[in-house]
Amino acid sequence: MTVLRVPRTARSVGWHVLCLAIVAVVLYPLVWLAFASVKPPDEILSRLALLPTRFVFDGYTKGWEGAADVGFGRFFLNSFLVAGLSVAANVLSCSLAAYAFARLKFRFRGALFAFMITTLMLPYHVTLIPQYVIFQQAGLVNTFVPLILPKLLATEAFFVFLIVQFMRGIPRELDEAAIIDGCSVYRTFWHVVLPLSKPALVTTSIFTFIWTWNDFFTQMVYLNDTEKFTVPLGLRLFVDTSSQSNFGAMFAMSALALVPIVLFFLAFQRLLVEGVSTSGLKG
Amino acid sequence: MTTVRTPDPPAAPPRPAGSARRRDRPAGRRRKTQPEAFAFLTPWLLGAVALTVGPMVVSLYLSFTDYDMFTSPQWIGFGNFTHMFTDDDRYLQSVKVTLIYVLISVPLKLTVSLLVAMLLNTRRGGGGFYRAAFYAPSLLGASVAAALVWRALFMGGGPVNEILASVGWHTPSWVDDPQFSLASIILLTVWQFGAPMVIFLAGLKQIPAELHEAAAIDGAGAFRRFRHITLPMLSPVIFFNLVMEAIHAFQSFTPAFVIGGGRGGPADADLFYTLYLFEVGFQDFRMGYASAMAWVLLAVIAIVTAIVFRTAKLWVFYDDANDTGGRK
Repeated sequence: MTVLRVPRTARSVGWHVLCLAIVAVVLYPLVWLAFASVKPPDEILSRLALLPTRFVFDGYTKGWEGAADVGFGRFFLNSFLVAGLSVAANVLSCSLAAYAFARLKFRFRGALFAFMITTLMLPYHVTLIPQYVIFQQAGLVNTFVPLILPKLLATEAFFVFLIVQFMRGIPRELDEAAIIDGCSVYRTFWHVVLPLSKPALVTTSIFTFIWTWNDFFTQMVYLNDTEKFTVPLGLRLFVDTSSQSNFGAMFAMSALALVPIVLFFLAFQRLLVEGVSTSGLKG
Repeated sequence: MTTVRTPDPPAAPPRPAGSARRRDRPAGRRRKTQPEAFAFLTPWLLGAVALTVGPMVVSLYLSFTDYDMFTSPQWIGFGNFTHMFTDDDRYLQSVKVTLIYVLISVPLKLTVSLLVAMLLNTRRGGGGFYRAAFYAPSLLGASVAAALVWRALFMGGGPVNEILASVGWHTPSWVDDPQFSLASIILLTVWQFGAPMVIFLAGLKQIPAELHEAAAIDGAGAFRRFRHITLPMLSPVIFFNLVMEAIHAFQSFTPAFVIGGGRGGPADADLFYTLYLFEVGFQDFRMGYASAMAWVLLAVIAIVTAIVFRTAKLWVFYDDANDTGGRK
């Protein structure tokens, strides 16, 4: 096979060394963060060594106090609430729409599908301001409704498309058999197609969770009350602090903010990576 | 396609007995609407009308007005657009910053992701671990937390400064220097090379090994095989990644917001388009101007996408035989 003279094992070792070097560079910021969060504040920027001279957890206790009498725990609770509801809303609404596009007959199906694909490329800024005005006039600014309602109405075309593609791969014979046996379209959807679409629904859930967890722009636009703040908005309070005394709290809370994503990643990494390679999901 | 479908609704015209021609339905090709379809489509239709099409029409209208949310919009024709391009230095600065960011970060990220994907395209053990490790930043990188870490890494006296100084390159505080600030954001983007890498890797696995073997036997070196086999065979995937990354890059917001300290960085060096749009719309409440900016952004993204699609003919190679052939 190989033309080169270099022995197989040597090539293999070289390959691993190269890969590990890239791993070190790629994961360095995360490892650095983990250690920075338990360093004494004056050590964070002044010493290059990764390991602290002594472990200090002040950042965590101080950061957890949050801001304006609202603890960081509250921000986490809000983030989990928004992300959890978004997942439920997205899975429900996107699978409904996807089933219609994948299996049902209706007029203008092709045109509507094409329209949906087009909205994939639409920058959300062109709808942002009228949407804001609508929610503002409905008195819904400063609630979680503007963050979740769009998902309940399947505006995330990406996931509709993902589920459509998956449902198209399910053998038609299965749902046709159910229909012939007298199942209504609704029961066929619920008892046959939906359970078979589980992999696509899991992918949708994971990515909805992570994207909502990371989302900053929409949450900043719609939430101004500290009580309603989510984790990214809580972290935003550190954006203009440059005093080193706050660094401990900033890194401690940043580290905590990344924990749910890291856990998701560790639990589902295989599925996530497969999902990306088959559907071209953006990270 | 038209095998046994749902039982024909009663309204279907009676079919001539014994006719085997199910394909040409008597009443032309008019699609029957299943009543259930509406039930399934309602949420999506509501969203499409009330949250997408409606708002688009309104924002197009607003872009020709002066609107501050408190008084009704004042029609000013093309005023917003002429102001943008002739009289607003910060707008032009945001265009410049965004274009530089897109033109540098997208090719750089794609190059890195392709190189690493090629490195991982082997049967050696451990590939799965490396793939996962490289992918992780794609999930974390868009967050405020990651951007805060990045800002600290590139601060004066931060690890990047120190490491570079130890090899004799003394740099200023990256995040506070107009020359370096944008570079640190570009590096944050490149750090998230994992997502396109995974897509490249899937594409590389599709290239039949025989092509490389045949070329190697004919004496083609590694570089020639890359140039004449890998690149053409991978071009549809490169095309896909290029379009997606470019669209994404134009709309990038969080890293520039955080690293620029919430206000565009030193001398507006990190004033991304979306950042300025946010400022105009939600801090100054110039909603008409912000809408106009959004439409220019849409137009630019549409034009760039169209150009990429147009030129695709010249460099994207579709191996059609491969699609219909029975290759496993």
